[in-house]
Amino acid sequence: MRRKKEIPLEHAPEITVTVNGTIVTRRVPARRHLIDFLREELGLTGSHTGCEHGVCGACTVRVDGRIVRGCLMLAVQADGRRVDTIEGLSDSGELGELQEAFHRRNALQCGFCTPGMLLAAQDLVAGHPDASRSEIREHLSGNYCRCTGYQAIVDAVEDVLAARRKST
Amino acid sequence: MDTTNSGYVGKSVPRANARRLLQGRGTYVDDLRLPRLAHVVFFRSPHAHARLRKLDLAAARTMPGVIAVVDGAALAPYCKPWVGVLGHLKGIKSPPQHAIAIGRACWQGEAVAAVVAETREQAEDALEKIEAEWEELPVVVEMKDALSGRRVIHQELGDNICFKRELDTGAVDEAFAKADIVVEETYDFGRHTGVTLEPRSILADYNAAEHTLTVYHATQTPHMMQDIFSRHLDIPEGNVRVIAKDVGGSFGIKVHVYADEMAAAALSVMLRRPVKFVADRLESFISDIHAREHTATVRLACSKEGDILAFDLDDLTGIGPYSVYPRTSGIEGNQVVNLTGGPYKHQQYRAKMHVVFTNKNVTCQYRAVGHPIAVAITEAIVDLAAAKLGMDPAEFRRRNLVPDDAYPYTFPSGLKFEKLSHHQALDRLLELMDYKALRTEQAALRAKGVYRGIGLAAMIEVTNPSPAFYGVGGARISSQDGATLRFEPTGTITCLVSVTEQGQGTEGAFAQVAASALGVSIDRVRVVTGDTAVTPYGGGTWASRGAGIGGEAVLQAGKVLRERILEVASAILKTDKSELDIASDEIVSKVSGEPRLELSELGRVAYFRPDTLPMDFQSQLMVTRHYTPRSYGFTFTNGIQASLVEVDADTGAVTLLKHWCVEDCGTVINPMLVDEQIRGGIAQGIGAALYEECLYSPEGQLLNGNLADYLLPMAGEMPDIIVAHVTTPTQTSELGAKGAGEAGTAGAPAAVMNAINDALAPFGARVTAQPFTPERILRALGKVS
Ligand code: FES
Ligand code: FES
Repeated sequence: MRRKKEIPLEHAPEITVTVNGTIVTRRVPARRHLIDFLREELGLTGSHTGCEHGVCGACTVRVDGRIVRGCLMLAVQADGRRVDTIEGLSDSGELGELQEAFHRRNALQCGFCTPGMLLAAQDLVAGHPDASRSEIREHLSGNYCRCTGYQAIVDAVEDVLAARRKST
Repeated sequence: MDTTNSGYVGKSVPRANARRLLQGRGTYVDDLRLPRLAHVVFFRSPHAHARLRKLDLAAARTMPGVIAVVDGAALAPYCKPWVGVLGHLKGIKSPPQHAIAIGRACWQGEAVAAVVAETREQAEDALEKIEAEWEELPVVVEMKDALSGRRVIHQELGDNICFKRELDTGAVDEAFAKADIVVEETYDFGRHTGVTLEPRSILADYNAAEHTLTVYHATQTPHMMQDIFSRHLDIPEGNVRVIAKDVGGSFGIKVHVYADEMAAAALSVMLRRPVKFVADRLESFISDIHAREHTATVRLACSKEGDILAFDLDDLTGIGPYSVYPRTSGIEGNQVVNLTGGPYKHQQYRAKMHVVFTNKNVTCQYRAVGHPIAVAITEAIVDLAAAKLGMDPAEFRRRNLVPDDAYPYTFPSGLKFEKLSHHQALDRLLELMDYKALRTEQAALRAKGVYRGIGLAAMIEVTNPSPAFYGVGGARISSQDGATLRFEPTGTITCLVSVTEQGQGTEGAFAQVAASALGVSIDRVRVVTGDTAVTPYGGGTWASRGAGIGGEAVLQAGKVLRERILEVASAILKTDKSELDIASDEIVSKVSGEPRLELSELGRVAYFRPDTLPMDFQSQLMVTRHYTPRSYGFTFTNGIQASLVEVDADTGAVTLLKHWCVEDCGTVINPMLVDEQIRGGIAQGIGAALYEECLYSPEGQLLNGNLADYLLPMAGEMPDIIVAHVTTPTQTSELGAKGAGEAGTAGAPAAVMNAINDALAPFGARVTAQPFTPERILRALGKVS
């Protein structure tokens, strides 16, 4: 049922993107979204598509250090930039604390929202270390979770912020 | 289960299978890639009811990458149609439904053609080239219109009534005649839907050489689907394998037979290659089942002392043009009849219920089936009665709830309750929320123009269903589940269970039960679910049954395997079995606890050096046990919720300040898993009460079928939710676990509704139509017309 604008199919520029630290060069149709490029062409299936219209946050990835919705950005717009996904950020250990806290608190059920949720949470942890409980809730409000009541997620993020404050 | 030696049972152990999901390394259906994989998309009716005059598929067939474009007639030889009726719902009727509709569409979104291509993009491009000529037919959108029979959707059925039921204990009119007060109100419920974050997904892989079909399916019920694919695609059951890897939320949405999924499987057979269908979100809204469109009028008779004498119910529900297969769309209304008034001790009850066809998307069982309606109408009318008597709602409930010592108890609708704990739960709730202090605060704030409301909602809940739910009606839906426990050579345990994992933590809970039954540490247990070729046969996940039924099977298998392990130990150690035990991954002496043999050493001998054991000895280190609840139709649970809200009388906005739930699901295997599952259920119930509604135009067009316009609860709006338990283990199993997964959704809408009406009480205003949008609240306040 997706209706996409007609763009000539043959129009497929070459792009070079640093994905999770590795440089990849591909020809991609101009209309292809970043999320589809990552999932379909690179096999990075950790980022999900929950709505494909920019609402649910399941497709959240990082481009040049900022979280974006992979379903709203075209792959060609990532040309020359750095893209980090749940896979890379897990391997680098950057999400380790949050992942541990999510595990300990059972801040996920089906896990479909979780990669996007973790990236959104990490954005908060890095940029707003003093966030209150309601600010955590506010910050995560662009990421839908249909399984949890959000409370365990908020608890987990709160745990990480508290632990960080203690250690500094 | 013996709680003195319950090991991991009752502990908040983090679940092992969460790790892969936390790293994005799970496998949902859409993550799979197979050689020659084809993608299917559907051409769906833009009209709610229309005859297909002409369907031109020629241009689509010439598009790049296109493998096939088929209509309903072309696919029909590959898939038998189905009819969603059950024998025990007397008189239920529904027309046959095809994998792809032939000649006529009965709701906006019903598929009439499919395009299969090498990529999804190509399939979607080709879809644009399909030309259809429609003749629009009269539509039936409103339930009352459907009931009137002015226009009949399926002529061959004679009217629009899918199913009706009446129930009467016989002396209802007398009870109303002698009542001191009678209250009556009509409640409306907007239809809403499950919105699993992972959309419905299926990948069917037919192997023509073997005539086998392997289906990777986001489903709650692999065995049921194996049977369905087998019978409708005409492939022997043994040749069909259904695999449910990671499933991104279900909530009852993924337990039904969907035409587009059947079409994907049939297309795989037709084209002799793997075919994948993943609904996009817009399709989800017009093709995932909807639920809960009801209008219910309820009357309650009460004495002036505050004793409820009788309930009288008239419920009308609209289900779309088909009763959904194989569970039927009659069950939800049936449950409303069964459950209304359920927590209370009145003896007279009358109910009348109609299930009608409409030209909207189909409805069927979504989390807590019928409960949210039954609980809301019961608890709202109970509050109204208490208000009329000038009694505090908590006191009114205390007076009328079935006493905790009255069990076993038979409710007037015929349901049997083994043992409930309404009064303990009420006491615990009032203490937890500090009810008195909240009332005082409420009064003080009201004087300052701040309108807070406190709402209570007691409930009963169907869990651990026996074959009485579906099996007796002729559905091939299993109410039993099985568990196989295998002792591996390294001393680890593999546990294969027929219940599936949708994120609720089934596998983690079973690992806890298995480890406890065996006396091994939990990291030695690996649980496997969701594969018909691997696990024992069973029902899967629905009706809050996984932990109670599957858990008991695991426990019983574990107990037998423990004995089998000790038999091997006895043979190795030449010590009588009665002198040995298993503790902390070792065979120990029962009396002294002294370690005698590592389990890994036992495994080595059993599997690789059985020659060293006595001549007549054979080790049997794999055990299967099954469990079906027998003594009761359902193992009922009970609980009570409370909501604290603030209503802005100028804007109609509702702020949720806090929510409480006290629930009795018997033995709690893992409090952390249960509590967050209850919270998730409450969030869905809050969604129903405040935000979620599938809005239709008079022409039967869904007006808000996307995630931007259909509102879901977000982190910022949800309150903190306090969960506590009363523990009354069921005696029907040794584990004692009852279900918990639907309790939150069952009671939350009622609690929120009562809280809002409590806040509105000073204005003499009430709202009775869910969801309680700001507009509806302002209308009740007389601020908008
Ligand atoms: S898939 Fe991108 S926001 Fe939902
Ligand atoms: S865990 Fe399922 S959507 Fe969040």
